Amino acid sequence: MESSKAEQIEKIIAALKEKYEDQVLLIESPYDFLTVSLRREKIVEIIDYLYHHPDTQFKFLTTLCGIHYPDQNSIVVMYQLHNLVTNQRIRLKIFLPENNLVTPTITSIFQGANWMERETYDFFGVVFEGHPNLTRILNVEEMIMFPMRKEFPVEDQVREDKNDMMFGR
Amino acid sequence: MPEAKYIAIDHPVQPEEKQYSYLNLGPTHPATHGIFQNVLKMDGEIIVDAVPTIGYIHRAFEKLAEHKPFYQVTPLTDRMNYCSSPINNLGWYMTVEKLLRINLPKRVDYLRIIVMELARITDHLVCNAVIGVDTGALTGFVYMFQQREHVYEIYEEICGARLTTNLGRIGGFERDFSPKAWAKLDKFLKEFPVVLKEFENLLVRNRIFMDRTIGIGGITSEKALNYSFTGPNLRAAGIDYDVRVAHPYSSYEDFDFVIPVGTNGDVYDRFMVRQEEMWQSLNIIKQAIKKLPEGPYHGDVPDFYLPPKEQVYDNMEALIYHFKIVMGETDVPKGEVYHCVEGGNGELGFYLISDGGRTPFRLHFRRPCFIYYQAYPEMIKGSMLSDAILTLSSMNVIAGELDA
Repeated sequence: MESSKAEQIEKIIAALKEKYEDQVLLIESPYDFLTVSLRREKIVEIIDYLYHHPDTQFKFLTTLCGIHYPDQNSIVVMYQLHNLVTNQRIRLKIFLPENNLVTPTITSIFQGANWMERETYDFFGVVFEGHPNLTRILNVEEMIMFPMRKEFPVEDQVREDKNDMMFGR
Repeated sequence: MPEAKYIAIDHPVQPEEKQYSYLNLGPTHPATHGIFQNVLKMDGEIIVDAVPTIGYIHRAFEKLAEHKPFYQVTPLTDRMNYCSSPINNLGWYMTVEKLLRINLPKRVDYLRIIVMELARITDHLVCNAVIGVDTGALTGFVYMFQQREHVYEIYEEICGARLTTNLGRIGGFERDFSPKAWAKLDKFLKEFPVVLKEFENLLVRNRIFMDRTIGIGGITSEKALNYSFTGPNLRAAGIDYDVRVAHPYSSYEDFDFVIPVGTNGDVYDRFMVRQEEMWQSLNIIKQAIKKLPEGPYHGDVPDFYLPPKEQVYDNMEALIYHFKIVMGETDVPKGEVYHCVEGGNGELGFYLISDGGRTPFRLHFRRPCFIYYQAYPEMIKGSMLSDAILTLSSMNVIAGELDA
């Protein structure tokens, strides 16, 4: 069982490298979860390729989210795909610099990405080009901040009645 | 040629442009069972288009979690799918345990399975009872809610709370199940199948109920996959994906149970899948009680599991651990973990990135409701308003999980 899983992962990596060797930045496997960092340019093409390739067949989008790394001035968009036939998962990451948070949408491949991308836009300000309705989803329309970015404080910073020095991050 | 009887109209009346009416369903409509709005474009009683608006009870859990030590994140998870909060709690603990690479004794796993299956029963029970109410059958609802009360009493014996349970701890349970809890569980296991059977007799082959639900709010398996459906809604469409089998957690691999699968993905199939899952959950609970090994009710993880209170008063080490745990000062490894459990509505995932600090660096909840609710406009297009209500309740959209 274990060896077949390792073989599967090798096949996936081979399939990916066969066509997009230059796009792959890093392949790792934290906590046994295949994670591939990619260049940002061809992400939709790669997801489409992984969807159709017979060795990969990642036809299920489990989740999609943003991660803000303030020291690297970048926001990561993480796609987590699942092959329901072989029960294999993969995580794809692209790094967007803070001054250019634009990436194409994957709603043409997965309709379910619609709201996930809206949520990522709402909280991180990542603009998904070509998205059918890229508006805020959970926050109010008038909001001007992207609240999940690290520089956005949880509480009003002018409050003086609370001392959080010993608690929280 | 005789004179024309009727004078031909040489300027035919332009057919007026079709007029649609717009209807606000929600935000607080009693039939939506939660706070979310749908602006419906109606042609008579037929729905032409729907625009859902969500976020009315958004509480920024992902942001709050970045400012709380790991054990304080649990109360946030309670409030997501509040119909089955123990699954959320235990799913979160399992995520942290995965990050910390903690292995737990079998007894903890089995006790957790008992609680999680009870939670699944309450979740499905509420959903199915409410489908009954929305078709006009109120009797079954009353029977079923009485049983939910009994499950909540079991929770109460285990952790002291009923709805937002905060059940268990990182590394196990806060205490063993009391004899009273076991007694209540036995009573429930004896009484519930009778009620469930009676509920089935009321609805399953009921002509009115079948006419109202079969072929309503259906979704094909391809669409369901494309919309990233999980849980009973996906299984009703015919895909046998269940996290308990695909990625067994908490020793689910030791148990023997069946994954019910539907065919049409309509309201009736979703109802039947949930119904069968309740029987299967009962079966799993019985197996777990039968196989339950002796042993401790928590793992050996002094860094994260609070020492007994008596020791804190006269044992230096216990006092240090107590202080460190409460202040969230214990070291955690760096890393990123994804752990998923089969929640009441589907794959409930926790994507946790730790940078070694006292709080998560990033915590993303994969909330099944949020993901499948976006298919709702498509599912109700062309159906009647009353069917739209039924579709909504059969999808089991929980506002807390929708908005996080």
